[in-house]
Amino acid sequence: MMIRPGAEMHFQTLNEAIRSTPDTDVMIENCLGQRYIGAGLSGKTIVINGTPGNALGAYLDGCTIHVHGNSQEATGDTMNEGTIYVHGNAGDATGYAMRGGKIFIEGNSGYRTGIHMKAFQEKVPVLVVGGITGSFLGEYQAGGYIIVLDLNHQSIEKNCNFVGTGMHGGKIFLRTEKLPPNLPKQILASQATKEDLKEIKPFIHEFCEAFGREEQEILDSSFYVLTPNSNNPYKQLYTRNQC
Amino acid sequence: MGNNGINYIHPEFEVVRDQDKCIACRVCERQCANEVHYMDEDGVMRADNSKCVNCHRCVSLCPTGALKIVKSDHTFRPNGNWTPQIITELYRQAGSGGVLLSSMGNPTNLPVYWDRLLLNASQVTNPSIDPLREPMETVTFLGKKPKEIVRDEEGNIVNNQTPQIRLNTPIMFSAMSYGSISYNAHASLARAATELGICYNTGEGGLHEDFYQYGPNTIVQVASGRFGVHKAYLEAGCAVEIKIGQGAKPGIGGHLPGAKIVGDISRTRMIPEGSDAISPAPHHDIYSIEDLRQLVYSLKEATEYNKPVIVKIAAVHNVAAIASGVARSGADIIAIDGFRGGTGAAPTRIRDNVGIPIELALASVDSRLREEGIRDNVSVVVGGSIRSAADVVKAIALGADACYIGTAACLAMGCHLCRSCQEGKCNWGIATQRPELVKRLNPNIGSQRLVNLVNAWTHEIKEIMGGMGINSIESLRGNRLMLRGVGLNQKELEILGIKYAGE
Repeated sequence: MMIRPGAEMHFQTLNEAIRSTPDTDVMIENCLGQRYIGAGLSGKTIVINGTPGNALGAYLDGCTIHVHGNSQEATGDTMNEGTIYVHGNAGDATGYAMRGGKIFIEGNSGYRTGIHMKAFQEKVPVLVVGGITGSFLGEYQAGGYIIVLDLNHQSIEKNCNFVGTGMHGGKIFLRTEKLPPNLPKQILASQATKEDLKEIKPFIHEFCEAFGREEQEILDSSFYVLTPNSNNPYKQLYTRNQC
Repeated sequence: MGNNGINYIHPEFEVVRDQDKCIACRVCERQCANEVHYMDEDGVMRADNSKCVNCHRCVSLCPTGALKIVKSDHTFRPNGNWTPQIITELYRQAGSGGVLLSSMGNPTNLPVYWDRLLLNASQVTNPSIDPLREPMETVTFLGKKPKEIVRDEEGNIVNNQTPQIRLNTPIMFSAMSYGSISYNAHASLARAATELGICYNTGEGGLHEDFYQYGPNTIVQVASGRFGVHKAYLEAGCAVEIKIGQGAKPGIGGHLPGAKIVGDISRTRMIPEGSDAISPAPHHDIYSIEDLRQLVYSLKEATEYNKPVIVKIAAVHNVAAIASGVARSGADIIAIDGFRGGTGAAPTRIRDNVGIPIELALASVDSRLREEGIRDNVSVVVGGSIRSAADVVKAIALGADACYIGTAACLAMGCHLCRSCQEGKCNWGIATQRPELVKRLNPNIGSQRLVNLVNAWTHEIKEIMGGMGINSIESLRGNRLMLRGVGLNQKELEILGIKYAGE
């Protein structure tokens, strides 16, 4: 199915059309900010040319979405399964509370990217950003992988402030020579070893496949890996009151 | 811990054992997860008072009635300003450097407005109605109400009603997460709600797969941490509730201690075992009513507009303006939680000092929505704290569509309000994840006691309505003429929108 929503089409109309079509392949031409595309959907491949609105692929339950353009705020909010490729930049809170599936952003992503990502056993979400992100990357992260590649040398060190605030699980990989100076004290940061990089190799591979990049060149560079420094980093904050 | 071997805290309670009655059966010892009771070398039962939280588990199970718990009469030098509680709390913090963490609702002595509201009854004219003889309607529908009647070309009414929650009685069990309370507690609530034709609420911890079967009577909650939120979960319930705030801790988020993150809880929430579950104060995608609207509509899109969306907020100073915004956000129902609302864990200072009474919040929200002509955009549900059928009736007369009960439901399941939920060692099997404690709450009995409670309240509501000459809950809603105040000042009467007794 091909839809050309233009500026007039309300998101409700567009999304109802996507939901109700028996076609598994959906092409949206000249998308102009319609929100919630693919919300809760499964079993479709959606190609978007243009600019989807906020909460693209919210609660996504197993579609593949390609955006040829930039995505806005909360891309893949609480997504459970499926893959989103953005051939451009993404707005704030990309991958908010992701609990499965993968998001690949070719360019940059905004503030609070990967906030609240979580994982359990076989459900491990992956978020790869080709450029850099805004501050508060991986805030409250409880699981999954966040990988920031800075392929355009915009400096993670200077731009990604307060990475991993409130983090208590999962891993963040930063392709950088130097860490941002203001990491919270509950974060353990170390130079990624070969073993560490082996974990993310398949994700880098998938990123390179999607955006035509050289995999080995990326893997040969300096990465830092960030993890919480204990099983329960925020425990000491409280004292029991008997009242 | 900076105490240098000195114990600054004297036990608050004393376990009094009648040694003549004690048969040293050690039931108390086995029942107490706090490890208060023990047998000494001579075979005599003893108690470590410092560990007692006064939950009455041992008292209730002692076969000879040998036990009682009394408040210690040990005293600091009396001081009207520096009370024993304040001194003790200060000692705790000086010893630990931590934020004081409490549980259950605000226990302080601030005014309970319900107790200063009195209900009307018919005399002579407009005779009262006997609910045993006459039908009394307590069925309540929650959701947006259509503004106009639409007819087709033949004059038939077109159904333009958006999805509603149908309740047999205007009472629901409020949000308590699987994690903060046990599997058996959730099972009790879910079964009772189903039998009663009302709803319970998952809280923000997701829904255990065993409970999907109770979906038509389940409200699923979405909070900032998005624990356990996925498509099947959203579709499982009869409504989706966005948790913005909670009466016990307005402005701050949820905090489930790591001790409660075990096994299934870890799986449902998708966070590592033993790690505190942090559900931060704000939704990081909501900074405005427009942003709230975005979350409301993303949930509506994901559920194909089949479920009403509830937005739950805490009763705070500007609650009327906030509710006005929420009513314009596309939400179908607003839930307001008063400052006495319960919690499994909240910083003491926040619980006891932040937020406003639900009675005042409800009255001002209802008035504001009416003034702005948007009262029918939403239903209003209130909680924190509703303690009896009389509170329910007063809430509805002040303008609520229905009430949430949390603490009252816990009490029905056996809670003794010892306010130690944050420890995860609930001897009554409610606020714990320890298997040996959880099994103490039998869901057959728990659900039956909940059913009994709500049925009893419903009967009382009918009695009170009948006394007023009202035969339908609809006619009571916002009927403030049925209320009079006592012991209230002019400003309080004005906010509540009621007259003084005798007026």
